[in-house]
Amino acid sequence: MLFEKYDPLKNKEMFGILDKDGKVVNKDYEPDIDNDTLVHMYKIMSLARTADIKALQYQRQGRMLTFAPVQGQEAAQVGPMAASKKDDWLVPAFREAAAMLYKGATLYQNYLYWYGNERGSRYDDGVNIMPVNVPIGSQINHAAGVAQASKILGKNHAVFTYIGDGGTSNGEFHEGVNWGGVYDLPMVTIIQNNQYAISTPRSQATKAETLAQKAHAYGIPGIQVDGNDVLAMYVASKEALKRAYDGKGPTLIEAVTYRLGPHTTSDDPSIYRSDEEVEEWKKKDPIDRFRKYLTNKKLWNKDKQEKMEKEQKKFVADTFKEVEKSEAPTLDEVFDHTYGELPYDLKRQKEAIREYYEQTESEGK
Amino acid sequence: MATLTLLGAINNALDQQLEKDKSVVVFGEDAGFEGGVFRVTAGLQKKYGKERVFDTPISEAGIVGSSIGMAANGLKPVAEIQFSGFMFPGFNQIAVHAARMRNRSRGKYNLPMVIRMPYGGGVRALEHHSEALETLFAHIPGLKLVIPSTPYDAKGLMTAAIKDPDPVIYFEPKKIYRAFKQEVPEEEYTVEIGKARTVQEGDDVTVVAWGAMLHETLKAVKSLEEEKDLSIELIDLRTIAPMDSDHVIESVKKTGRLVVVHEAVKTLGIGSELISRVNEGAFFHLEAQPTRVTSPDITVPLPKGEHHHIVDAKRIAQEIYKVATFE
Repeated sequence: MLFEKYDPLKNKEMFGILDKDGKVVNKDYEPDIDNDTLVHMYKIMSLARTADIKALQYQRQGRMLTFAPVQGQEAAQVGPMAASKKDDWLVPAFREAAAMLYKGATLYQNYLYWYGNERGSRYDDGVNIMPVNVPIGSQINHAAGVAQASKILGKNHAVFTYIGDGGTSNGEFHEGVNWGGVYDLPMVTIIQNNQYAISTPRSQATKAETLAQKAHAYGIPGIQVDGNDVLAMYVASKEALKRAYDGKGPTLIEAVTYRLGPHTTSDDPSIYRSDEEVEEWKKKDPIDRFRKYLTNKKLWNKDKQEKMEKEQKKFVADTFKEVEKSEAPTLDEVFDHTYGELPYDLKRQKEAIREYYEQTESEGK
Repeated sequence: MATLTLLGAINNALDQQLEKDKSVVVFGEDAGFEGGVFRVTAGLQKKYGKERVFDTPISEAGIVGSSIGMAANGLKPVAEIQFSGFMFPGFNQIAVHAARMRNRSRGKYNLPMVIRMPYGGGVRALEHHSEALETLFAHIPGLKLVIPSTPYDAKGLMTAAIKDPDPVIYFEPKKIYRAFKQEVPEEEYTVEIGKARTVQEGDDVTVVAWGAMLHETLKAVKSLEEEKDLSIELIDLRTIAPMDSDHVIESVKKTGRLVVVHEAVKTLGIGSELISRVNEGAFFHLEAQPTRVTSPDITVPLPKGEHHHIVDAKRIAQEIYKVATFE
């Protein structure tokens, strides 16, 4: 029903539930989510934001390396993850910190990865997240494969994967989404249309009016959703999951959102977009909207907000301290994960470096 | 003369060729309006317009594939791949078409195109932003591959690459994009593709390097000259394909010793080919085993572990010393 009603080629209206003040304006679709989950969703969105702002400060102080901030896109990530079942997979691109936190990556792991340590990509057992994926679009094919394995092995998992508006220009987006369609795979592809591929605006990435309508070419449903409305993202994802579990195949969701920060900390967005534009989007901030919704429902108030902020700031600061205390990857570590068993010539190379370290009393630093 | 960084010299060469040759076009992801993530193409769109200097979608296959079409039909595309680690979706086009079109069409379609890509490590970068992948291109017949290590060569090689009738892969050592400046002629000039350069002459040992590693090697050479009183001949290979091995062979005939330094991994690195050629060309002059100083055969670690992978001046000096003093 939802996907028919909001077919992007027939209905120019984007699917949303909350207005920018957090009021329900699409009552028919307001989801029935239990109170604890609603509050948990809000807390994870807030944590992702706080962690992001702190990381930006650490980066400016030279304590953090380059990373890809998530600010502004928290709803597009937490909505779908809240809709997912525990064992459903997350196959991220590289700006999905909020989704990863919701799905069970720890803040320590998220930070550690961007801090320049591969140990941050080793998530806990039972957490079905693939590592951060930097090469644009390549994760979509992985997601198709994970979904195909679920189907062939009868595992009853669905797969969520993410890509940006810029990524849809890459061939692998087409190949991956098409693959999912061909085999009716339990796969939900979420395009976070945050309006820019680094400096290149969405209008220059494709002539198509929406990214959601690309779904038509693959014979699957597509929908354009207000990506700053966590409830709408939740509902669209639930519907997509239902299709996935019913064996009806993949769905494409375009989350219309905005990257409030830079592409990465190496980027200066003031070169290609105006302050006015950013301010306009700040009025649609996904966290503010959701807070107002929760407040209206009497699930949230100022005291709770203050308490949470205090706790999260401390948690983030403490976590980063732990990250800074973490041991750098050892010589063994950077070699030994190359293969299941290290071949003899690589062992020899490793020992030569070790010998050099011993001779020069250095660690190569 | 203008005093330019390596990055500035590339910009200068592109600017000059866009000005002189209306068939030159420059493009890539963020290469137009913003002038590239490193600003190599800064100011060019403003000067030459959106039709000749433009942003592309994130489509490496599109960037390379359309370059091929453009080159076949009268343009001289200078395409940017944002980081060499992201060229793989375009590698198909490079390997199966760019490298072979002249041969397949028996000379009807030659492809005067340049593919620029920043490469190399030691900049505390994200995954896939630090690799040195020169072997992949050098292994494919029909491609030329150049790597400047100075602003002078950067401009001269870029100009030569644009004028070259065949596809040229142009690696930009991003670590030294802005590391130092050099006097660069304002007028047009070329540095011949396929010619190495003797950086300094010496008698005891021949050392070959390129790109950012040339400067790390130079540090090692200077320290050995001061501390160990060695006389070292240092060669900047400059062009990986075609490889000027004759230049190196002549040097080894004089010194009898060879060290090749590269930041790429060891196995089938460019050092392997160069040493093979020296074995073929100067075997009876050798007084010590030709030696490679390279990164180990492992994935480039993220920044906190990258020191295990980096070839530094100290290690280069140690290896040069071993080879130079071997009896």
